[in-house]
Formats: sequence, structure tokens, C-alpha cells
Amino acid sequence: MSLPVGTPATPAAIASTTPPRTAERRTGRLLRVALPLVVLVVLAAVPLFVAPFGTSTLSRILIFALFAVSLDLLVGVTGLPSLGHAAYFGVGAYAAGLVAIHWTAEGVVPVLVAAAAGAVAAGATGWLAVRSGGVYFLMLTLAIGELVHQLAQSLASVTGGSNGLYGIPTVRIGGTPLTLPGYVYWFVLAVTGLGYLGLHLVASSPFGGVLRGIRDNEPRMRSLGYSPFRYKFAAFVIAGGFAGLAGGLFAAQVRLVTPSEAGFTTSALVLLAVILGGAGSLWGPILGAAVVVLVRDALGPDLDGHGPLLLGIVFVLAVYVLPRGFAGLRDLLRRRPSPGETP
Amino acid sequence: MTGWFDENLVSILNGFAIGSLLFILAVGLSIVFGMMDVLNLAHGAFFLTGSYLAVSFVAGGSWGGYVTALGIAALVGLLAGGALSGMTEPLARRPILDQALLTLGISLIVAEVLSIAYGNDVLSVPPPPGLTGSVSVAGNAYPVYRLMLIVVGLLLALVVWLVVEKTSVGALVRASVADRDMVSALGIDNRKVKFAVLGIGSMLATVAGVLAAPVYGARPGLDKTILILALVVVVIGGLGSVRGALIGALLIGQVESLGRALVPEIASFILFGTLALVLVVRPRGLFGSRKLAHG
Repeated sequence: MSLPVGTPATPAAIASTTPPRTAERRTGRLLRVALPLVVLVVLAAVPLFVAPFGTSTLSRILIFALFAVSLDLLVGVTGLPSLGHAAYFGVGAYAAGLVAIHWTAEGVVPVLVAAAAGAVAAGATGWLAVRSGGVYFLMLTLAIGELVHQLAQSLASVTGGSNGLYGIPTVRIGGTPLTLPGYVYWFVLAVTGLGYLGLHLVASSPFGGVLRGIRDNEPRMRSLGYSPFRYKFAAFVIAGGFAGLAGGLFAAQVRLVTPSEAGFTTSALVLLAVILGGAGSLWGPILGAAVVVLVRDALGPDLDGHGPLLLGIVFVLAVYVLPRGFAGLRDLLRRRPSPGETP
Repeated sequence: MTGWFDENLVSILNGFAIGSLLFILAVGLSIVFGMMDVLNLAHGAFFLTGSYLAVSFVAGGSWGGYVTALGIAALVGLLAGGALSGMTEPLARRPILDQALLTLGISLIVAEVLSIAYGNDVLSVPPPPGLTGSVSVAGNAYPVYRLMLIVVGLLLALVVWLVVEKTSVGALVRASVADRDMVSALGIDNRKVKFAVLGIGSMLATVAGVLAAPVYGARPGLDKTILILALVVVVIGGLGSVRGALIGALLIGQVESLGRALVPEIASFILFGTLALVLVVRPRGLFGSRKLAHG
């Protein structure tokens, strides 16, 4: 990135003037559309080839990935590092579980109620959190998360207390219960796919652009006439809604919701997924979530349930070695050939 | 009014005990942040380390064990804080979030190591001999140990306050909070000040853990509960302010204790409500300075 002093051109501007780069860009755009489709097809084919245990692990990864991407909207896009995002995941999970038990387990109903509950909870607490910035925001969200966690434990008559909410019925589509893990997986894949698409649209919309502006230079956005409070609040509510959606899927897939779903460790792990993947890129946190779930669920039993120990070590290493996550690694790889190419 | 006071005297005294513990915890957290922008999320884990050390050494319930636990906890805290200070050094030029994440990772590691070493059960610790019984306070039986905790806590609070507000070392700390670059320009090595403050702040956390062990025991998850309370105290009091930490700790001690005694179902809401109320009226906390707003 060492351009000679005095040249105002950015690498992107140079690229647009040279024909070979334009072709490169076109393939890049094609790749950007084709790659998600290929990934989607591969993911959809998984239950046909993989054992049920692998399928359910992959379901958990997808759910945690949606949760992580919803947090990335706050951390990476808006610049609000939240340590209490599990609160809305937990609220969504409990809401979906309660709807499924007491009302209907019909497909999308519990999941949509979960998203609405997550958004409402985020709205009720977010107005206070987004008034502050930086480290105050970190501490306030931590306090909010712990509040929801304690609430889940003390409201035993509704939530089942520390035993958790169990006996959640299987998801039904058109009245038929989805008994095979493969069908549940397809349901999870469909909803997380739509959820991810929704978050992608939010982040790439003009609204998302304003959020990035606030992240990079809040006083400037304010002097341009934007109200940072309103935008941050809206981002917080949207992120809470998608976290609730992920929580609803969690309830449908695991069929047991415990207070720890809303707790500090869950919040810390989802933040780890975002940091590990690279805050700001929406695809990075998906990889981060995969690593976190694999370490916790696949390696955890071998470590006698002390998966978080390994994740803590990963966390510390990530802070030192991967300050911009997996997404940062890609940028490094991309930049490496550039010294030879500079015009 | 006096009737209400009599009925809730035990809760009020408990509030003072919690408040003095919280002050010891929060003052380290607050000064370290105010001075060096290091938010130490491992503070709760250090506290729990102290509690588990108490479990190991006070097993027989002797004064020797108790004092040994205090001494070892102080040493462990000092070393842990010093190590943490060294670990945050390479991150000094990076965003605040990175240092917070580092301490978050450390807190996960410490909590898991403790749970491997001591298991997941709630462990209780007997108070040292002579402090096991209860005395009558205005007609209410109250454990002697908790009274001692209040006294020791308030004494420690007084010592910390005197050191920070009245000595030249304290003046250096306060000056570093107010303007780090100016202190550095005067020829004082910031890193040494940070090393000392983080070390002593962490030592206070582990010592508080030992002091609290006969009351709260030691269990997984206690670190988070304590960390949240200390953070609430720091936010209410204002980052970097000793007076704020003291007032905040006493306030939150009472809110927590009376709230749990009078309206146990919504105690968490009252805690959060207090926090919300203070922040709506004073967004930087009761004694927070404007400079720290975007620090």
C-alpha cells in the first residue's frame, strides 16, 4: 500500500481504467453471485451423504453463524461491540419454545415470534445502551445480558429455571412433524439462508452505508444531518431481531433452552466468532462460528466438557495473531501480488 | 420508619458488606481503565481465584490457613496483574476493544482452569475461629464475620482513598488519569505506572475473593456475577474516579441487598433500573469526567 506521494489515485481507481482489471472484476462479480449458490447447493446436499450427527452439528453451526452475523451488524458494520448479544438470542429461544409448547409448532410461527421477541427486547434495552459508546457500551450490554440471564433463572414458572425449558415439540410443516434430522436441517438451512440474505441486504443498503459512516466518523455524520442515535438504535433492534430468529431456530433444533443460552459465555463465544472471522465482513463470522461450534461441540466432549478453555486460548491467540480475522487473511493474500503489478 | 429500619437492619448491614467488597473490586477496575484505557474483564476471574485459594487453605478453619490464603492470594494477584500488564503492552496502539477481548479470553481460560481444578460444585469456606458465631445488633442476630468484613472493607477503602488522594504516588496516579501524555512528558514511564496499578488492582481483587469466600463460598459463575456488579459500580461512579467507586459501591450494595430481601423476583430489574436512571441523568456516571467520554 505504498503509493508515491502526490498521486491521488486509489488502487480501485487505477483498476477501473485498465481493461484486464475490468474483466477480472466481472469474473469477481460472477463469483460473488455463483459462490453463495454453490455453497447453498452443497449445504443442501449434505444430509444425503452425511450421518445424522454430522447433520445436526452442521445445523448448530448454521444457527450460530446467523447469530454471529447478526452481531457483526453491530460490531463490524456499526462499530458497537456488544457483550450481551446472547440476551436476544435467549429471548428468541425462550419465545419460540413457549410458543411451540403452548400454542403451535407449525413451521415458521415460533421462529417469527422469536424474531419479533428478540427485536422487542433489543428495543426495550437498546435505547439505553446506544446512548453510550465505546467501553461504556461494552459494559452496559454485558449488564443487560446478565440481567436477562438472571431473569431466565428466576422466572422458573415460565422458563423452567436452571433446569431449562424442555419438552419443546418437533417442528411441523403443514401439520406433519419433521422427525428426521435431515428435514430439520433443511428447515434450518432455509431460514438461516433467508436470515443471512436479509442481513446482507441491510448491510449493503444505503442504511448500512450510514451505519458504516457512523462507525468511521460519527461527528461528521451528525453534521451531515443524520441522527446517529436513531440509526444505532435501529441497527441494535435489527440485530436483536435476527439474533432472536437464530434463537428460535436453536429452540426448534435442540428442543431444550437453558438460561446459559442467554448468558455471558454465549455472548463471549459469539463475539469470538465475529472477531475470529473478521468483523465487518459478513462471510467471515460464518467461518468463525463454524470454528467455535466445532471446538465446543466436537472437541468439547474429549476435553471433559472444557471446550471453553480451548476457545479462551483461541481467543487470546486471535487477538494477537489475527487482528482482522479470517477476512483479514484474505486481504493479505490479495494484496501480496500487488507490488509486482503496480503500474 | 424505625420499625422498617429494624426489620431490614440485617439486609442493610449485608448491603454494607457487599458495598465494601465491591469498592475494593471496583476501585482497581476504575483506575486502571481511567488511566490506561484497559478494561480488565478478567477482574471477576481474579476474584474467584482468591475464593478458591481460600477453599484450599482454610479447609481446617484455622487462622494460619486464613492468613496464608490472604498472603498467597495477594501474591498471585500481583503477579497476575503484572503479567496482564505485560500482555496488554503489544496491544497499546490497537483499539480498546482488542485489550478488552484479550482480558475476556483470559477470564474464560482462568474460569475453566478453576472449574477443572475444583469441580463444578458450590464449595463453602468456614470463617476463621472466633469469628464463626453471631452477635446481637439492635436485637437482630448477625454473623460476626460479616461485621468484620464491613470493618476490614471500609478500612481498606479508607487506605486506598488516602493513598490515591493524599500521597505523591496517588497524585501520580490521578495525574495519569487526567493527562497521560503530560505525565509521560515529565519523564515518568507510563508502563511502570500501569504495571503497578494493574498489579495492585488485581491484588485487591484476589484479596477481596479470599475475604468474601466465608460469605459467598466459591462456585463457577461467581466470577461473572461479581464482574457485572463491579462494572455497574464503575459505570455509575464514573470511570477513573475513586470517590465515584466508593459512592457507587455503597449504593449498589444497598440496592442489591435490599432488593434481594424485599422484592427477590425483580431484584435484577431494580439493579438495572438504578443503572439506567443514573445514566439518563448523568451519562458519564456520577463523578465521571468529560475527557473520558471518548477515551
